[in-house]
Amino acid sequence: MTRLQDIPWAEEIPFNGQLDKSHRRLQFPDRLNLYRVDWLRPLFKSRWPQFILRMLTLAGFVFTILAGLFGPQVGSHNFAIIFVWIAWWTALKLVFIPFGGRSWCSICPIPLAGDWLQQGGIMEPGQRRFGLNLRWPKRLRGSWMQSGAFLLIGLFSAVTLTNPQVTGWVLLAIFGLAVGMSLVFEKRAFCTSLCPIGGFSGMYAQTSPVELRIIEKDICAKHEVKSCYQACPWGLYPLAFRDSSACGLCMECLRACPSDNLALNLRPFSSDLGRQKTTSRLDETFLALVMLGSVVTFAAVFTGPWGWLKSAAFEIGSLPWVRYAFVYLALNLLLMPVIFIGAVWAGERFSVSWNSLKRAIATQAQVLLPLGLMSWIAFTVSFALPKLILILGVLNDPFGWGWSILGLNQSIQKVSISGPSMVLQVLLLMVGLFWSFSVARKLAATSAKKSQGTKLPIMAFSLVFTLLMLWLLVG
Amino acid sequence: MIEQNSSVKRSKRWWQWAILLAIGLVIFIVPIPAKADAPTERFFQIDARRFEYDPAILKVNPGDRVTLELVATDVVHGLAIDGYNLETTADPGKAVRLSFVADRQGTFRFQCTVTCGNMHPFMTGKLLVGENTFLWRAIALTGLVLVAGIWMERK
Repeated sequence: MTRLQDIPWAEEIPFNGQLDKSHRRLQFPDRLNLYRVDWLRPLFKSRWPQFILRMLTLAGFVFTILAGLFGPQVGSHNFAIIFVWIAWWTALKLVFIPFGGRSWCSICPIPLAGDWLQQGGIMEPGQRRFGLNLRWPKRLRGSWMQSGAFLLIGLFSAVTLTNPQVTGWVLLAIFGLAVGMSLVFEKRAFCTSLCPIGGFSGMYAQTSPVELRIIEKDICAKHEVKSCYQACPWGLYPLAFRDSSACGLCMECLRACPSDNLALNLRPFSSDLGRQKTTSRLDETFLALVMLGSVVTFAAVFTGPWGWLKSAAFEIGSLPWVRYAFVYLALNLLLMPVIFIGAVWAGERFSVSWNSLKRAIATQAQVLLPLGLMSWIAFTVSFALPKLILILGVLNDPFGWGWSILGLNQSIQKVSISGPSMVLQVLLLMVGLFWSFSVARKLAATSAKKSQGTKLPIMAFSLVFTLLMLWLLVG
Repeated sequence: MIEQNSSVKRSKRWWQWAILLAIGLVIFIVPIPAKADAPTERFFQIDARRFEYDPAILKVNPGDRVTLELVATDVVHGLAIDGYNLETTADPGKAVRLSFVADRQGTFRFQCTVTCGNMHPFMTGKLLVGENTFLWRAIALTGLVLVAGIWMERK
């Protein structure tokens, strides 16, 4: 959480100094401030459009839980499975994150009840009503717990993704946890520190072409009330934003700023990447590695031809599952980190002078983001696209009670698109690889020693990972 | 003068990108001659049990006459091969046969067509007809991206 008190460089903020380059850049023509576009502004300024969308997603969420718990227990015929793991999961990875960063968070129904309890209202937030309002423990901050939550999903994925009742219970548990945490902790502690999807979206939001930033640093610095910070349900202070990973695009700061000093910018892809990190936090690196390890595992389990692996992942508690869990955890907790740290270490050895290895690891992790995002998209193309047709089936008969709402009498057949999807997967992986090379080059160029050797082992890491994904998806 | 130089540089750069793109297209579409092994009869007995085909990877040569004998060992299972428009279903304990000529080269997924349990949508296997040239093309493309990455450095 980027609180005023938590900003390590807060003392560097000049209260009446010059605009620095990074903030001046925001006013340049490579950014389009959507909040200044006449016909878009009312959509962001008013809470109604967002509220209506959140109500719709909440209704869908409740319906999904009911369908999961009480609908047909055949995954491919159940609304919850198809809508959560095929429709929503695909939309998140193919649309929301690549083009909108954390835009899903702005309409996510899960924190709605917690917000209402905390603030005593959704349309006019700001007044705290219920809850202990404790601060989230400092040692639990960062994305460590989000990585842990994602690892848990991975461990039980074969059941969660295919068993409607489990999906229903998981959604219910997440909702209960979010509400419970909002009653104990201040702001959106669940979204910021625990939600695995928040971690996933936030990390890859750095590659997206959307950002929320201040316009004039001086205006913020002179503003004593900090109304944007007061209004933010996430507890963030926009002046401190250095990337788009934390902001949930709820737009409350835009609405609260009396000086109209905030911008919702459309920007070039990857704008947050390629800059040297000023901290040595390794939580984001770990999350990025967990995402890479998980996509490899998911691709092997769900799209590979190895039936024994599918059975092992599915039979929770059996000896094969214990072996699967051991390998999955070893891959994510040991193998991937060791190889990556080794690559960064080798890169530092290539360079003339030795930097802090921790900081180098945190910085080089940015290379993993385009690689991971495009790998997830490529995996989704083979995992979900052939099954999109099933959406019609569950819309036609959401509870499996023999309804025919859409008038579809024939059973919905799975269509094969493996031919074109394989070409698409290769292209996506190539884009991811080239993009990661590009970030590595930028990092090498911006490093103090400007040593190009630092990037070679990281490029090799990206190359080997891409070849592995190619083998899994089209081999 | 400086502006002129930078515009010449930019147009040169576009040409170089275009060349790389053209090489990529060639890698993707240029026909690769298949090995001319004499077609033979191939027979596979495939045991289908929940979420698994055994064997799950079948390798044949282009032109081979392939016969698949599907044996479901627990519940009803099906088998449909992408790209070949073939499908069959086997009741438990009963074997069904599917014959075809492997006249299309490449990698084709086959999958279960009868809902057989939670992991049914992921019960898949692979039919490899000849060399997996698509994978080799993809690997060559990866090499090209590497070259592009290194070349980008030279700018």
